[in-house]
Amino acid sequence: MSRTGAAPAWMGRPTVAVRVAKAVALTVVVLLVIFPLWTVLATSLADPQTVIENGGWVVWPGEFSFGAYTEILQGGIITRAMLVSAGITLVGTALSLACTVGLAYTLSRPKVYGGKPLLLLVLFTFLFPPGMVPLFLVVRSAGLFDQYAALVLPFLVNVFNLVVMRGFFQSIPPELIDAARIDGAGELAILRRIVLPLSKAVIAVIGLFYAVAYWNRFFEAIIYFNDQTRWPIGTVLRQYVTGGASLAETSGELATTSPQSVQMAVVVLATLPIVCVYPFLQRYFVKGVVTGALKA
Amino acid sequence: MSMTRVRGGAGGTSPPVETAPPGPKDDSSRSGHLRRIRADRVLLVVAAPGLVYFLVFHYGALFGNVLAFQDFVPFLGVSGSEWVGLAHFERMFGDPEFWNAVRNTLVIAALQLVFFFPAPLALALLLNSVVGDTVRRFVQSVVYLPHFLSWVIVVALFQQVLGGAGALNGWLSDLGLGTVSIIGNPDAYGPLVIAQLIWKECGWATIIFLAALSQVDEQQYEAAALDGAGYWRRLWHVTLPAIRPVIALLLVLRLGEFLSIGFEQFFLQRQSVGPETGEVLETFVYFTGFASGDFGYAAAVGLFKGVIGVALVYAANKVAHRLGEQGVYHS
Repeated sequence: MSRTGAAPAWMGRPTVAVRVAKAVALTVVVLLVIFPLWTVLATSLADPQTVIENGGWVVWPGEFSFGAYTEILQGGIITRAMLVSAGITLVGTALSLACTVGLAYTLSRPKVYGGKPLLLLVLFTFLFPPGMVPLFLVVRSAGLFDQYAALVLPFLVNVFNLVVMRGFFQSIPPELIDAARIDGAGELAILRRIVLPLSKAVIAVIGLFYAVAYWNRFFEAIIYFNDQTRWPIGTVLRQYVTGGASLAETSGELATTSPQSVQMAVVVLATLPIVCVYPFLQRYFVKGVVTGALKA
Repeated sequence: MSMTRVRGGAGGTSPPVETAPPGPKDDSSRSGHLRRIRADRVLLVVAAPGLVYFLVFHYGALFGNVLAFQDFVPFLGVSGSEWVGLAHFERMFGDPEFWNAVRNTLVIAALQLVFFFPAPLALALLLNSVVGDTVRRFVQSVVYLPHFLSWVIVVALFQQVLGGAGALNGWLSDLGLGTVSIIGNPDAYGPLVIAQLIWKECGWATIIFLAALSQVDEQQYEAAALDGAGYWRRLWHVTLPAIRPVIALLLVLRLGEFLSIGFEQFFLQRQSVGPETGEVLETFVYFTGFASGDFGYAAAVGLFKGVIGVALVYAANKVAHRLGEQGVYHS
């Protein structure tokens, strides 16, 4: 019964027309996803002459030019924003994982003191997410204005991720944990030596979800930060690419780079870290999402 | 710590007056609680940071909704601002700009339901019909990727392809067909935001459908095929009935989140088409509160939307349970 790549006998051979139609459909889907990314990459790498001749966008860069990248990575606002985003992503993901693992583990133990009410307390927030203005009030009164913590603390634990992780912890055979306990291991030792090593995949997936969310967050910096030099890359990108602001003031010599290339280089830099970690974690996340969706 | 030990002794300072939950018999209820807290102290400490987060940023924000009943002045804070009762809500019901935002939200929500909801199902059926594992995995990898890109990037990509100086218009004018105005054109706004949503989330949303499709009993296909059913008849008589519960559940849950059309996507593009077309409820809250400084009114509109949202999710879950499925807040 198991599929070994070949079609089962009952399926019969699909006609040529069906196979062609399927191939065309799949190709179109793949191209629709890849083309926008490709043209952005190509435009960022094209030399200014090619960009101007093509009216602002290119499919083939012609002569490669890294001018756009050397220009924005020379230590200006983009460099700074990349570093801010990287820092927030690293620190935020570590803190989020620690808090999520801790809370999920406790809520996954049967008969823990207050387990049921605490679980309801957490799940209720799923129903009524905090509004934009009240959350702003909390952040403000916590003194987080112009603090990088304002981009981390309000998003520390995601309920969906928590529920997925709790579900995974619950699926660990209780015999393993009981055996460790009989051997005299305390709760922390059980968590560290039994539970966490078994949960590497789910931690990787949820770590990815957190990291992507931190890296992509741009809106909060607009309302919480007066100091624009502290903006993360997403917020800067919005300013230059969709907010209508021009990069002309940051790009010194327009003869060596075109403004379009610089803009697209910013898009590429904001996208790059995600595209880079994606293949490594991809094999895990289908499992993570499906378990989560079924549990939730 | 020594205190708990003392309380644990028989005839402690707290006689069991209230009807305590049935705990260990030889204990007064309070010392029973303390003993259990003590036994679970490591677990409770490990959980504490996460719990504090929920208390501060969720329940604190829940409390922050009192703003909706105040003439809030940031400088004076919640305690110093004047209470205005339901004045903001009265103003809201008479505010044409609010109703404009409601209408735009409903239109986009309806478009999402009609055009975005079935798209992943169609893509999942296509992917499921691909026999070769390599091809299927490759296509899956490609279509999942946009889910991880931020809305800023997605909007930038769409501008690059569909904008006035973008790729599409470049081709059209090369072919001598003139140009089309898509970005910044109010008439094209609805289709544009749906296209963006499909581009970003359709692939990711196939995961759940693919999981359901992989559960379909292969013997049923075989039987149907032996009876002479072709692909379309197998699809109609075997596949779709088998995954119908999943479709129904997702549809119900989607209806529960009908008003949650997203914020960032609309925040980024509202300016390009103007508030007449581009204003949705959440951008209305943002621009009233943060751009105009009318925090109390903005909080009232946000609270109104939140309450309707809870009611919808609650109703959807009731229906989902009726369908014999677990809802979202039952885990």
